[in-house]
Amino acid sequence: MELIRPELVCPAGTPAALKSAVEAGADCVYVGYRDETNARNFPGLNFSRKELEEGIAFAHDHGAKVLVAINTFPRAGTPELWHQAVDDAARLKADAVILADIGLIAYAAAKHPDLRLHLSVQAAASNPESIRFYAERFGVQRVVLPRVLTVQEIAALNPQIRPVETEVFVFGGLCVMAEGRCALSSYATGQSPNMNGVCSPAAHVRYVDTASGTKSQLAGFTINQFGHGEPAGYPTLCKGRFVANGKTSYLFEEPTSLNTLAMLPDLIKAGVTAFKIEGRQRGRAYVAAVVQAFRAGVDAVMAGRPLPDMDLDRITEGGRQTTGAYERAWR
Amino acid sequence: MTDMTVSQPKLTLGPVLFNWKPEALRDFYFRVADEADVDTVHVGEVVCSKRSPFFAPMVPEVVARLAAAGKEVVLSSLALIMTERELREARDLAGTEDTLVEANDISVASMIGGKPFVVGPLVNVYNEGTLAYLEGIGAIRTCLPAELPAEVVGTLVKAAKGEIEIQAFGRLPLAISARCYHARSRNLAKDGCQYVCAEDPDGMAVDTLDDEPFLAVNGTQTMSYHYLSLLTDLERLRALGVRRFRLWPQAVDMVAVAALFRRVLTGATASAEAAAELEHLCPRAEFANGYIHGREGHLYLESDA
Repeated sequence: MELIRPELVCPAGTPAALKSAVEAGADCVYVGYRDETNARNFPGLNFSRKELEEGIAFAHDHGAKVLVAINTFPRAGTPELWHQAVDDAARLKADAVILADIGLIAYAAAKHPDLRLHLSVQAAASNPESIRFYAERFGVQRVVLPRVLTVQEIAALNPQIRPVETEVFVFGGLCVMAEGRCALSSYATGQSPNMNGVCSPAAHVRYVDTASGTKSQLAGFTINQFGHGEPAGYPTLCKGRFVANGKTSYLFEEPTSLNTLAMLPDLIKAGVTAFKIEGRQRGRAYVAAVVQAFRAGVDAVMAGRPLPDMDLDRITEGGRQTTGAYERAWR
Repeated sequence: MTDMTVSQPKLTLGPVLFNWKPEALRDFYFRVADEADVDTVHVGEVVCSKRSPFFAPMVPEVVARLAAAGKEVVLSSLALIMTERELREARDLAGTEDTLVEANDISVASMIGGKPFVVGPLVNVYNEGTLAYLEGIGAIRTCLPAELPAEVVGTLVKAAKGEIEIQAFGRLPLAISARCYHARSRNLAKDGCQYVCAEDPDGMAVDTLDDEPFLAVNGTQTMSYHYLSLLTDLERLRALGVRRFRLWPQAVDMVAVAALFRRVLTGATASAEAAAELEHLCPRAEFANGYIHGREGHLYLESDA
């Protein structure tokens, strides 16, 4: 079977990061507007319409594409903000929009029949029937798979849904819950990925000094604690330590991030069309380093060479790494 | 029907989300059939496909008993469908004749193919666009996600052609995963889970490092530690046009819980009095209603009706 050369889909939270990603070898860059229409609605991040227009021009001049993530769920009674976001992406000639909400996808398909539609990971389409729902009814051409499937399951899925393309996350932050189906953040803080485009938002984070070190808290709930001199990690709700069944543990997941560099050959053999790097909230140096590493990795696999020795420990700050749900034992 | 009967609020008993022993689950449904003042009863495994083979042989008997008692029966689907077997079972469920099916994954709505169906709260219906689309393909009732505030509920009630149902009692289903946290809490993998989730018929409490009750784990599902209770919000929600309320089964006297909600809905018991009674019925529970007030889900706020 002939291998598909996967596109590298890279994050850009700022115009500078977009340029870095394109220069480092990104095939596509994904971005969001500076508002609650996207799932990285963080202060100081994202694009104005003018910045998006300039970013698209820069990317197209360099042979790269720009995908616009509009992947929160529109608030009932005020869909205009989300509709306008889709209209503007079409007007500015974005190469695709990444959507999660059925109503918004229906709007985009009806209003902009020529606009390419990608299904966001936030729609959590985890089986061929769900994927066909979006493909056959709305013409969705690519699905970003939720981080619940193993590589073997992805390899079995692809032939069943062609010509629909799949995109998988290969590096960065990792949801342990099915994406778009998790309200833990709003349960604690009142703000959620689906409604507000944020998870465990910084405005609710406190680091509290105690006799034994530092507690990291989210909305008053202690998510983790650290000894003196130990760096206090960010209290992402599902990566904290909790007490259950009489035992203290990282019940859901360790504070870890996804790194699939070593499994790139398997993911390419599984017939995946695009590799996605998480991290629109990251700086340009991070984005450039990750993109370069994955560019070299993909090119090596496609040329039949062994994977180059690439150490991403430096940019992950020595943190723990996992291949997550791609390996069955993770479950 | 007269306007009076149309506006009578309905009570739905949601599917049992926990891994109860098959005989206990059967007996629960028999008692519900005989004694519970609810209009609709959901049956079916939502959380983990590994559990379903044990209760499946009893489902026809349970459904027949509930139907004979005058309850509307709805068969609930799995929420996270990944494997060939899960797809096959969902397809069989979607093909059910004569009994309504609740889609808890969009694939199931798709498989039902134009027949009437119920949209479960684990399908993301946040706005009128999505509601209209799903109603257009056969949804006759939609149970809304937990995190929506009352004003959004009101907007959706106005936009809906079919029924809107909201969750009103029980631990809130907050997240679903491919990973089993019950197994993980015992250093087991999901494949060799030994069905340890059955040890916690009301979910496994998850506390913070400060011993503060926070969440509950039910296999691959993460729930609120607190029980949702909208007893003191029913009046306001009825004024917004909500006519159907879902009670999630917990390991408490659900017949009494349903009776209590019914008494508040009919005006026989004041909501404050009922809330005190609910605390007696659920002696170990803490209660929350923050979402409906547009706040953090774990909070309990006095009604601002």
